[in-house]
Amino acid sequence: MQTETFYDVMRRQGITRRSFMKFCSLTAAALGLGPAFVPKIAHAMQTKPRTPVIWVHGLECTCCSESFIRSAHPLAKDVVLSMISLDYDDTLMAAAGHQAEAAFEDTIEKYKGNYILAVEGNPPLNEDGMFCIVGGKPFVDQLRRAAEHAKAIISWGACASYGCVQAARPNPTRATPVHKVITDKPIIKVPGCPPIAEVMTGVITYMLTFDRLPELDRQGRPKMFYSQRIHDKCYRRPHFDAGQFVESWDDENARKGYCLYKMGCKGPTTYNACSTIRWNDGVSFPIQSGHGCIGCSEDGFWDNGSFYDRLTNIKQFGIEANADEVGLAAAGVVGAGVAVHAAVSALKRAQMKRQGAVPEKISEEA
Amino acid sequence: MTDTVRDQQSSCVSIYVYEVPVRIWHWTNALAITVLAVTGYFIGSPPPSMGTGEAYDQFIFGYIRFTHFAAGYILAVAWIGRIYWAFVGNHHARELFYLPVWDRRWWQDLFTVVRWYLFLERQPKAFVGHNPLARLAMFFFFTLGVTFMIFTGFALYSEGAGQGSWQDALFGWVIPLFGQSQDVHTLHHLGMWWIIIFVIIHVYVAIREDIMSRTTIVSTMISGERTFKDGNPD
Repeated sequence: MQTETFYDVMRRQGITRRSFMKFCSLTAAALGLGPAFVPKIAHAMQTKPRTPVIWVHGLECTCCSESFIRSAHPLAKDVVLSMISLDYDDTLMAAAGHQAEAAFEDTIEKYKGNYILAVEGNPPLNEDGMFCIVGGKPFVDQLRRAAEHAKAIISWGACASYGCVQAARPNPTRATPVHKVITDKPIIKVPGCPPIAEVMTGVITYMLTFDRLPELDRQGRPKMFYSQRIHDKCYRRPHFDAGQFVESWDDENARKGYCLYKMGCKGPTTYNACSTIRWNDGVSFPIQSGHGCIGCSEDGFWDNGSFYDRLTNIKQFGIEANADEVGLAAAGVVGAGVAVHAAVSALKRAQMKRQGAVPEKISEEA
Repeated sequence: MTDTVRDQQSSCVSIYVYEVPVRIWHWTNALAITVLAVTGYFIGSPPPSMGTGEAYDQFIFGYIRFTHFAAGYILAVAWIGRIYWAFVGNHHARELFYLPVWDRRWWQDLFTVVRWYLFLERQPKAFVGHNPLARLAMFFFFTLGVTFMIFTGFALYSEGAGQGSWQDALFGWVIPLFGQSQDVHTLHHLGMWWIIIFVIIHVYVAIREDIMSRTTIVSTMISGERTFKDGNPD
């Protein structure tokens, strides 16, 4: 199995070479690569042994897996069954119980330093990690064990990348993103709740084809999918620049498909590929369906106030207030203070004048 | 202000304080901040949608953003010029950039000025440059405030300019530093209010001191000359 290539498996499944080449072209297109890369991908698929992958699940909702299995280009079936060797995934694998745990250990031992660890969800650290138990042990132990010999780690989704809902304030279980627990391995963050299916399979395909990590941005996200904001490629962007906004839900402007900026769309602050790759085989994405982006691929999106407001709530002020409310209140207090001070100053001056304390010279020149 | 200056010029009624570049910077800066605050507020809370035609027929929000970015560039370039002038200008040009916290005299004067504003001093003290309280306020509200706004502003601008742009190379690190893009937007917004509060106090105090103190304030930033109304610069 170690020497079996992607191409071998595909042919064994009765897939023609023509279909295989088609798959390579689609994959190249999905990765934003030119036609020159198609033969390179084909070559890699035909010669490289399949990459072993261990896929572990911590505190999560499985939406990443749900998204992943719906990938259209390439089909998740192709990725799971052919491109990678998904040796452990307690949700997708046939084995269960002791058999599954044995597969986990076997893979680590057999492919030490060569397998990719894909993490869906994150470990809770409070109470020694007892809030998430896998195979009778805290998930954080399994994560550390698997990470120890991994070549690289993929943090699937907002949970593994940033913490997501279980890490939202007050974070009772101290759910912690992977990069804060494992600090000595290269980590690729693929945020989103869930990430786009084609982004997930695209990242895996890239790593298999080129045998290296995709180029990452400052926050450790693959540049090819996360280098631009949803806003930058949004098809409603012309209405933003024109100053044409939806003012309330179901108004005339909403029917005309104007920009959702005033409805709190987080597109301008969210890095993801939704507006280009879209969802469900390119059918649509939230903005196209008439609702603003909620910024699910950004750090701490649950703690940034309403999904319908573009300013973050500032919790430190006791009551929930946004920057405008805080600023206006502060400016109001200062303005009132200035007015009172000016009034007292005027009174004081009048009083001093009456007492003759202000020298004539000043009052003349002033 | 040093003692020697005070001794030498105790008979003068006017001292040249603000050189031409400082005055040009001050008023350019005032204009830029006004434009930035108004357009910036509109970027956060856009005006009502105008026009129902095709999007390509108008560019209202685009122009608002353009004005904001242009004024931002002017503010930033002017600030760099102002920093340069702190090195080559007279010693008053340096007052904005540091606080002489090691100077006992400065602290004493600071409390005298605070007492003056609390109506506890009958006569204000006259200063050639900024009074210590003014200098403190300028440093914390303005110098730190405007630097913060330039850094966060260019960081947000780099999001549109794209990865690989010089704005991204120089300022892109600011965004992960504060969390994510929306956090930087919020802080940039709070920064606007921070500077508006400074402007309210600054304008009020300048006019008040022009009337009530023994020196000129407002006209000094136009002519550069500090005039001591009673002929005593102390």
